Amino acid sequence: MSSIEKHTALSVKDLSVGYKNSEIASAINFEAHKGELIGIVGINGIGKSTLLRTLAQVQPKLSGSIDLNGKPLEKYTSKDLASTLSVVLTETIASKNMTVLELITLGRQPYTNWIGKLSKDDISKISESLQLLELGELKNKKCYELSDGQLQRVMIARALAQDTSIILLDEPTTHLDLYHKVQIFKLLQKIAKQTKKTILFTSHEIEMVIQLCDTMLLLNGTNNTFGTPNYLIEQKAFDSLFPADTVTFDAKTGSFRIEK
Amino acid sequence: MLTVLVNISLGSVEIPFLDTLNAIFDGTTSNTSWDYIIWDYRIPKAFTAILVGAGLALSGLLMQTLFRNPLAGPFVLGISSGASLGAAILIMGASLFSGFSAFQLLNNVSLAIAASIGSFAVLLLVMSVAAKVKDTMALLIIGLMFGSITAAVVSVLSYFTTSEKLQQFIYWSFGSLGNLSWSQLGLLSLIVCIGIILSVFAIKGLNGLLLGENYAKSLGVNLKKLRYLVIIATGLLAGSITAFAGPIAFIGLAVPHLTRQIFDTTDHKILVPAVLIYGAIIMLLCDIVAQLPNSANVLPINAVTSIIGAPVVIWLLVRKKRMLF
Repeated sequence: MSSIEKHTALSVKDLSVGYKNSEIASAINFEAHKGELIGIVGINGIGKSTLLRTLAQVQPKLSGSIDLNGKPLEKYTSKDLASTLSVVLTETIASKNMTVLELITLGRQPYTNWIGKLSKDDISKISESLQLLELGELKNKKCYELSDGQLQRVMIARALAQDTSIILLDEPTTHLDLYHKVQIFKLLQKIAKQTKKTILFTSHEIEMVIQLCDTMLLLNGTNNTFGTPNYLIEQKAFDSLFPADTVTFDAKTGSFRIEK
Repeated sequence: MLTVLVNISLGSVEIPFLDTLNAIFDGTTSNTSWDYIIWDYRIPKAFTAILVGAGLALSGLLMQTLFRNPLAGPFVLGISSGASLGAAILIMGASLFSGFSAFQLLNNVSLAIAASIGSFAVLLLVMSVAAKVKDTMALLIIGLMFGSITAAVVSVLSYFTTSEKLQQFIYWSFGSLGNLSWSQLGLLSLIVCIGIILSVFAIKGLNGLLLGENYAKSLGVNLKKLRYLVIIATGLLAGSITAFAGPIAFIGLAVPHLTRQIFDTTDHKILVPAVLIYGAIIMLLCDIVAQLPNSANVLPINAVTSIIGAPVVIWLLVRKKRMLF
């Protein structure tokens, strides 16, 4: 054990998420530290997005506690939250007529004055995130001219420019081919290591999450397992994820096999 | 500036351009009736055109961003239909209820007041419903539905009224820039100024809304406050303008799109002042066309803006193949 205590960015205890009349997932427990990449996996409709939306305070939690940097989520004002937590959602942006630079600049809104004037600090943060996501050449392109992979990089750059200690991403690799999926995952890993931010994302790419993430959370309704990918494999957590007669998990290779 | 001068120098009565300049800068011309025409008719009319154009264009921009819908205009919240209802009740309803014979003495002020009351009544109804729905698309549809209801009431009133009253109502619905006195103009410019100031405070939130509501929220934008700010600003701008000048179509819809073509930005810090200027210029140009220079006829301004506005929107769509905002 290391003697230096790791900085806990996000701590979730006994959390239940869902809507007033229907609980979707409960007994969710996990901790995320500074500089960690955490993947949230689980089958369709199990509550991955609901959990993410609850963490982002888009919808209220049902019970349990969520602490951000040691402070309960509900104590945050919307303005404080905007400088602590940023999001990349699955919904498409409203105006695709924006240029890449204009879109990333919006990430600085929590810090600018009443009319949105950029300071030197804002401008340097924007160019930092442009650089980190290799978007320099695209910065004057319009969003409707970009490919899905490029647009996703721009959305991540915007979240990065918001300069929050936690970034949440909802299925950041949907609609992307294998190469671009890997590209986005590698970028997230690089951001977490370089900027010491805590990055949480939901994904269906369980095999990639096993290879790339520091820790992962497997949502399974009420029995949610959290830990390092190796721990989850040891616990045989993936074995019961899908019906055994169609898909089985191979612990040696860390991959799923289709049963013939 | 040039548009203003050209606008003032043209009209049913021919006044040489140089004399117009003299009248404006020295206060007099060689002809006293020209003085009268310029100071009491043409200059107020030019001012009205500036206020109407700027105000309608700005409220169009506000609505398009709030609803994230390129087809939204200042009238989607039922503002224009509310004003029509107010005007219709005053003009045509008075003959139905004989007790209101006092209203037989119609003048522009009472018409403006009735139209304002009408537009704000509809706006308040829409806003009270708006508090209950979270979705802005639903709000848009509710606005349109209220518009249909008021339009239906207006047609019922038109059916039962006399032909003279109907004609009077139709004249109002043509729109007119030339009916405002200096004191009415003062009131209109005060309201338009308040509307502009409110809009300036909405600029940052509107930029955030370009990403969508959830993103805007995650950036710390207070959506509820922003929505009320924008709706009140639009109500003041479009409501007061419709009340004084009648319903004027297409300026609110077309000018923001034209401005986006020219400035090629989505940043409201640039768009807000730009639509104010372009709205004013385009309204002055429409008014010049409506005057039919060197002829005694004046076309209804509402028809001119539609004749110019509709092809502009079609041209934009054909050229860009899509309507982005």
